[in-house]
Amino acid sequence: MTPAQEAATRREAETSQASGVPAVVAPSPGPAAGSPPPHVAPSTADREQPKLQIRALRAWYGQTLALKGVDLVVPPRSVMAAIGPSGCGKSTFLRCLNRMHELLPGARCDGTLLLDGEDLLGRQVDPVVLRRRVGMVFQRPNPFPTMSVRDNVAAGLKLNGIRANHQEIVERTLRQAALWEEVKDRLDESALGLSGGQQQRLCIARALAVQPEVLLMDEPASALDPIATAKVEDLIHELKEHYTIVIVTHNMQQAARVSDQTAFFYLGELVEVGPTEKIFTNPDKPQTNDYVTGKFG
Amino acid sequence: MAPEAHTDKVFDVELTALRDKLLDMGGKVEASIAASVRSLIERDSSLAERVRTQDRDINRLEVEIDDMCRRILALRQPAASDLRFITTALKIVVDLERMGDLSVNIADRALQLNQSPPVKPFHDLVTLADLSEAQLKKALDSFVEKDVEKAEEVIQGDDLLDALYQKLFNELLTYMMEDSRVIRRATNVMFAAKQLERFGDHAINLAEMVVYMVRGTDVRHPHSRDIQQQG
Amino acid sequence: MKSLRWRKFVDRFWTVASGAGVVLALVPLLSLLWLVLSQGTANLSLSFFTHLPAPVGESGGGVGNGIVGTFLLVAIASAIALPVGIGAGVFLAEKGDGRVGDAIRFVTEVLSGVPSIVIGIVAYGLVVERMKRFSALAGGLALALLMVPTLARSTEEFIRLVPGALREASLALGVPKWKTSLRVVLRTAAGGIVTAVLLAVARAAGETAPLLFTSLNNQYWNLEPDQPTASLTVQIFNYAISPYEDWHHKAWTAALVLLLLVGLLNLLARVLSRNRMEAAR
Repeated sequence: MTPAQEAATRREAETSQASGVPAVVAPSPGPAAGSPPPHVAPSTADREQPKLQIRALRAWYGQTLALKGVDLVVPPRSVMAAIGPSGCGKSTFLRCLNRMHELLPGARCDGTLLLDGEDLLGRQVDPVVLRRRVGMVFQRPNPFPTMSVRDNVAAGLKLNGIRANHQEIVERTLRQAALWEEVKDRLDESALGLSGGQQQRLCIARALAVQPEVLLMDEPASALDPIATAKVEDLIHELKEHYTIVIVTHNMQQAARVSDQTAFFYLGELVEVGPTEKIFTNPDKPQTNDYVTGKFG
Repeated sequence: MAPEAHTDKVFDVELTALRDKLLDMGGKVEASIAASVRSLIERDSSLAERVRTQDRDINRLEVEIDDMCRRILALRQPAASDLRFITTALKIVVDLERMGDLSVNIADRALQLNQSPPVKPFHDLVTLADLSEAQLKKALDSFVEKDVEKAEEVIQGDDLLDALYQKLFNELLTYMMEDSRVIRRATNVMFAAKQLERFGDHAINLAEMVVYMVRGTDVRHPHSRDIQQQG
Repeated sequence: MKSLRWRKFVDRFWTVASGAGVVLALVPLLSLLWLVLSQGTANLSLSFFTHLPAPVGESGGGVGNGIVGTFLLVAIASAIALPVGIGAGVFLAEKGDGRVGDAIRFVTEVLSGVPSIVIGIVAYGLVVERMKRFSALAGGLALALLMVPTLARSTEEFIRLVPGALREASLALGVPKWKTSLRVVLRTAAGGIVTAVLLAVARAAGETAPLLFTSLNNQYWNLEPDQPTASLTVQIFNYAISPYEDWHHKAWTAALVLLLLVGLLNLLARVLSRNRMEAAR
């Protein structure tokens, strides 16, 4: 205990009157960054193997090094938010996780990216198969315009030739995406007839239909109105019971609402990562504090 | 170099205004305690009256500061260091207002005592008063300068203050036992001393909040939180 | 105040001038339609569509074989041009950013600028001389050479119009690149490509010069690709340059039939594209 704390202890022992001020909940000096915050049902998250382990991940656009070595651990069935100003590399980071980054001409990434212990960047790993385990939802809803709602959700199954009860999966994922009630009577109509928020939830259902383990979300609500945003955020909260989610957002309050852990990126580097509550009340790095309080970015 | 100012300049202005108002209130409380003790020592009843009326300003500032804090919370969603600053402001404003009330209590004792013949001078009372005022001043300085060491000095300084109060208490008790005619007057002096001791306690609260604001760790009631910490 | 009056005057002047321009532009079109309609409807009858041409002097007869011939030629042309043109378009859109792509684009541009009669001569040299006879195949090839450049360009355009987001969405589902191109991107661009095909077909149906010495003409029905074939356009040409009054009238009627055919194709293309626009909204 610091001398101040000692003095306070003694003083407290003397005073008979109770100070009417309730104690502020402070982050106790306890387990490392992987511990689940109080509002999540107590799970075995910190005793299981982490879902994603990222070590020294780097990404290039041609000759430019955009991501300068990221070390990060994502526990299973949790939400990790990536925040940072524009151009800080958070979207690049996300796209490395399902190897979409390397689809751009001249782009590549290296390092170690373990999913349940298996290195996704290894030579023997087929990126196409990987993308069925690590799904992605994009900023602007992008349902296939020539297909109906039903066909859109089943698209991943049909195009990949996956044999399964498509109808059952369509209904299940639409329910998971909290969209079933709204579209169950118009499953065979064009997907473009839905509102923006509905289309985005449709895209989420479509991504879930191929049964990924990890879901990547690139600013999923930035094109939506506040109510649709709230629905998507609520959905994320439900989805994390079963999926591991990594979400990139430029909206800090959204990161605060939705995530268990937050990673702050700046100029291609991971500056700080930790429990969301800590990042938003008492971050370690002054840069994090400056960004989170709106002093730059 | 990390930028000092928020990108949103209006927010900066609001935070500065809040800080200024807090310091204003702190300054008024400092002046109030000094005046109330002087009114007792120098037997100046009109000064005591002024202390009472000026307490209204202190109370008004409490309401205004609370309003500003609420507004910032609602409209700015402050995070991290800003959040700690706002919650600190909300807390210390309570302590400052109470300290103002304590000064008024001392002024009331002065008014009582000035109606009777003077009691023997108590140097220790003056010392106690100086110490309490110094504690408040140091706590306010630590707030302005975001100086955790200074705040910790305040917290440690409470021992001395308590010891001094005890000494004064025993002296007055002895005095009362020697001569029963002075009991009424001595009791008033004792009450005044008690206010000064409580004044010191509030200064500690202030200092503890400064530690939280700067470091992010809550150092209050460590004794009550032992069980959690050991877990 | 003076400037306001001046601006109003200028505004009105240009409104009138552009209106006059529209009228001027419409006059030839409307007069053409009027002419064809007035001259052509005289001989129009069901038998005109179904009968073979009658010899000189005899009344009646029709351009039945011309209509069938045009269909045959267009069918052959499409069978060649559609795979080549659309295929080239897909290639240019997906992998056409290098030297090969630039070369292909250059060739298509040159080809689209070649006069149709020259295309006819090329087809003559390539097919007619080899086969030692005029044939529908040669005619079809000539028409195909005309269709390929526009098809390739349009297909490339429509595929490029498909938002990259759709491609990304498909890739993110774990669909391989080639399948994404074919079953997602192409499917989305299909509507536009169909429109482009219809317009290319309409153009091919209306060509005369390249057919003159490739498919030649035929007085009788013909469905053999290795025989000369009648076509509406060549029929009109023959009727028009003949010295017979009777045949001149028939030329007008045949022209009307051709106009109807081409007009129908264009209308169909327009209706399809409008439906697509509305579906997208």
